[in-house]
Amino acid sequence: MSKVKRGKVVSYNKWGYIFLIPFVVTYAVFQLYPLFTTIYWSFFKYYRSGLSVIGPEFIGLANYKELLTTDLPKYALNTVIMWILGFIPQIFVSLLLGSWFADPRLRLKAAPVYKTIIYLPNLIMASAFSMLFFALFSLGGPVNAILTSIIPGFQPYSFFDHTWSVRALVAFMNFIMWFGNTTILLMAGMLGIDASLYEAAEVDGATPTQVFWRITLPLLRPILVYVLITSLIGGLQMFDVPQILSNGDGFPMRTSMTMIMYLNKHLFSKNYGLAGALSVILFIITGALSLLVYKVTDRKDD
Amino acid sequence: MAKEGAMQLQMDKEKVTGGIRVRRVVANVVLILICALCLFWFFVLFINTTRSNSALKAGFTIVPGGYLIKNFISLFKGTLPVWNGLLNSVIISTSCAILATYFSSMTAYAIHAYDFKLKNVVFTFIMIIMTIPTQVVALGFIDMMLKWKWNNTFLPLIIPAIAAPVTFFYMKQYMDSVLPLAIIEAARIDGSGEFRTFNFIVMPMMKPAIAVQAIFCFVANWNNYFTPALLLSKDKVKTLPVLIAMLRSADFLKFDMGQVYAMITFSIFPVIIVYLVLSKFIVGGVALGSVKG
Repeated sequence: MSKVKRGKVVSYNKWGYIFLIPFVVTYAVFQLYPLFTTIYWSFFKYYRSGLSVIGPEFIGLANYKELLTTDLPKYALNTVIMWILGFIPQIFVSLLLGSWFADPRLRLKAAPVYKTIIYLPNLIMASAFSMLFFALFSLGGPVNAILTSIIPGFQPYSFFDHTWSVRALVAFMNFIMWFGNTTILLMAGMLGIDASLYEAAEVDGATPTQVFWRITLPLLRPILVYVLITSLIGGLQMFDVPQILSNGDGFPMRTSMTMIMYLNKHLFSKNYGLAGALSVILFIITGALSLLVYKVTDRKDD
Repeated sequence: MAKEGAMQLQMDKEKVTGGIRVRRVVANVVLILICALCLFWFFVLFINTTRSNSALKAGFTIVPGGYLIKNFISLFKGTLPVWNGLLNSVIISTSCAILATYFSSMTAYAIHAYDFKLKNVVFTFIMIIMTIPTQVVALGFIDMMLKWKWNNTFLPLIIPAIAAPVTFFYMKQYMDSVLPLAIIEAARIDGSGEFRTFNFIVMPMMKPAIAVQAIFCFVANWNNYFTPALLLSKDKVKTLPVLIAMLRSADFLKFDMGQVYAMITFSIFPVIIVYLVLSKFIVGGVALGSVKG
């Protein structure tokens, strides 16, 4: 060890590989290898029917065909609808709040308190939050009780028997849980914008609205794209909230059934073929979106 | 003095523009309303946890009842193994937080401190897999765990935390900003081995980042429902989210609603406490890990 001198730098670099071993081995065993077996089973007819096991029998792309021609498109649509319903208000509110937090002239004294409160729902257990909403919005629950006492002649509304009220509730929960996170990301992006641009705009007599549309928004574009895609990836994974709310059946009439809920159903019933094919489809979509995220963030680096 | 002067200047400007006051009031009002919208649900949860089942069925009041302790006692005496659930959740989340922060720092250190052929390949690879959800490999993962007979143990929920791309990325970002290579070089000259340097020089410097990421990992695993629900079928090993799901799938009307609210409170209370104590670091840490710059 005493031989360590300048010029022997190369010999240290093997430590780069050594320090990577835990990550690489864990990832290979618990993510990469399962990915291959997942892909493998997607080409087989392999499921349980009662106590007997059917298959495994190689059937090519039949599982994919079955998924794409039966329920999956419907569940994909449910997922995207609920994501959009939550994302649109989220991006508007987050842009508004982010621009207020990032505006030094506004000097919001209570800003740290506001940030703490709006970020709080993001850390709450989604399943518990959903359970809470199930209790609060049930027919005899507090929300109906409050509405009945405020609005004269209001009849208790059964939120869980109507497609759009269930979807709206799921979207609303996602909104509440995620807008704080988005606000902080957008705020950080806005704070990163060169202050001299704002000063110049002010000298030129630009109004706050003009500044927002002409300076903030265009310069924020990379972060907005990042937020949009990562939120979409998160949205495609939507599971805990609708699963707990509807007890896994996507009520009413499976209109709140998401793709991961469908995957979960096949995983529970041990239908390896369909679960595999569904996983591969989701992997391709999220993988493509992840590449896009990488491209967006990478370009910002240059 | 210069600062005061600048503030005076700004105040003068405000008088000229005038509108800033109005905008501040509007912003505060809107923010207060939005915060109220966030807190309302927890407020109702708190009120309802303090009320008896019959009072809950009769309707809602904003006055707390006297059943808080009784509801918790009946929850603890009930059929749900809540203490076990709490303990299991604590064990899993704590282990994940430790493994993820330690090994992610190690991975980040490998990329940060050394120059080797595959460095950029590995880094790019981790960046790309960062946003791919784990659910898409769940089938192969569950299949393997059943074969290994690891179901109903905590291992499949803890060990994979060693490879946590998001935590890695945060650590890498932080290392880039606080750890000059000269320090590592100096340690070498002093005769410190590479492992020693990492454990006793680099890790202490990473403390702020480790604290932030430990919290995030802890919370993420505390709230995790998908994988535990598929792997933990015995009551003894179930975590809190799995117990919540059990509560949901039980015949709802038979339940003592006070107990239901108590269970929800019991599950989210620890995280709320941790958050309120450490919120400064958490909110500050959010932006750093997600977007560059």
